[in-house]
Amino acid sequence: MRLRRIVMPEIARAGEVIEIRTVILHPMITGHTAAGAGVSGRRIVHTFHVHYDGAEVFRAELGPGIAANPLLTFTTVATRTGDVVFTWMDDTGETAVETRLLTVAPA
Amino acid sequence: MQQRKTSATPRMLGLDRRRLIAAVGGFIATPSIGAAWAEDGGVSGQYQKVRREIAAGREIRIGRVALDIPRLAESGNSVALRVTVASPMTEADHVRAIHILSEKNPVALIARFQFGPRSGRAEAQTNIRLATTQLVHALAETSDGGLWEASTEVVVLLAACLDGS
Amino acid sequence: MRRGVAGKALRRALAAVFAAIAPFAAEAEPKARSAREFLSLELAAEQADETLNRGMLWVELGERLWKDGSVPSGRSCASCHGQPGGMRGVATRYPAINRETGALVNIEGRINGCRVQHQSLPALAYESEELLALTALVAHQSKGMIMSVAVDGAARGFLEQGRAVYESRQGQLNIACSQCHEQNVGRKLRGDVISSGLGVGYPAYRLTWQGLGSLHRRLKACQQGVRAAEFEPGSTEHLSLELFLAWRARGIPIETPGIRR
Repeated sequence: MRLRRIVMPEIARAGEVIEIRTVILHPMITGHTAAGAGVSGRRIVHTFHVHYDGAEVFRAELGPGIAANPLLTFTTVATRTGDVVFTWMDDTGETAVETRLLTVAPA
Repeated sequence: MQQRKTSATPRMLGLDRRRLIAAVGGFIATPSIGAAWAEDGGVSGQYQKVRREIAAGREIRIGRVALDIPRLAESGNSVALRVTVASPMTEADHVRAIHILSEKNPVALIARFQFGPRSGRAEAQTNIRLATTQLVHALAETSDGGLWEASTEVVVLLAACLDGS
Repeated sequence: MRRGVAGKALRRALAAVFAAIAPFAAEAEPKARSAREFLSLELAAEQADETLNRGMLWVELGERLWKDGSVPSGRSCASCHGQPGGMRGVATRYPAINRETGALVNIEGRINGCRVQHQSLPALAYESEELLALTALVAHQSKGMIMSVAVDGAARGFLEQGRAVYESRQGQLNIACSQCHEQNVGRKLRGDVISSGLGVGYPAYRLTWQGLGSLHRRLKACQQGVRAAEFEPGSTEHLSLELFLAWRARGIPIETPGIRR
């Protein structure tokens, strides 16, 4: 989880829908063995959520069917200047947080 | 002779190709793409259960959802998937969630994306794993409780070369 | 007699036709094709779009390491070389001969040489995240530029050694690199399309590995495929082969970080 990459505009107009692309380094170990699915040492990023301007604007619950180094892209409406906070949580309890400032110009 | 320079004559080329195919066929058992369909078992019970839970007795209608995923996946380790649902994304009428389901993966629920009016668009992109050739479903849940679906069959190709490196 | 003349004329005509066909049938060394020509539309799209290309995670780590001066010598890569952009064009010339030692070094070797000689740091392990990241960062600066390694002087011997490895049958399957990557380029092997076997996308994000890996790791995987004794990453054999592949790729643009199956 030590490498994270976020691609998004730094400036947007109020009301504009912006696309955000995120990638995080994570092996997404399924734990699948011959004995069954996820029975041995599963370690995946299970939750990703994004907060901006007082609300959760996107959330993803992930299963082991998501590829290693999960890429997630989504959109949000630019409302007012503020931090966009990205949080990833994995099975070991580790949490990674990234913050990006979005500057919003009047429409 | 363990090490020998290769010849460039057409006759040798033909011979080498046959040898190559025989050799490769030998170490992967089935020398054709058709092998991708070999594991053509049934749909997992878990998939049916998850689908029933999402539906909760509601009708699932085909439409509104666009599932963009290659018909032919070069590797089951990572298949690009993009899903978009036609919606005004207003407080009164928006998409609440999109569920991505696999019929034949060990775990049926690949991902669940949650949206709101602040999302702007009901749209997400990721890369998924597919254990074998199968149908992938995207089920969208709208704010009025409606359920919409798109499904695509993805053929997962098998690699010729083993790699334990 | 008249029949004999006609026969002779026919033979001559046939000989002329065969002579015209022969160069194609006897396959004059086929021109190597750019690695991205063998990618599916989806993988080519991921490679081309740096906001989707997962290899960029390592390039970004490389940028951080490049500036990192928190080492005993206090010297970062940037202290001597400035911005990573200053490395533009470097990867097109590697592997190259180190003038002081006469050894053939690739980008990984050059980075480790810098660490040991100028930064008083231990060499990074081959295939470590850090070495992959710095190598990817350096190679990425030359993305789109065409390969043009020097193969004269001391490099000539290494080139021939690399060619010998490339053209020799190896392993229990007794197959040479050239049999797949020259004689059967573009053909299908199960779900795979055989490429020209160039290293222009490396370090590359390979779906099989679910991460970034070096060219030498890829070469080892090929050797495993034909059940041959594997050369060690960073060995002279692999370096010579890397030089030979770089020479085969002359005129072809660098793609690092490539997306590979």
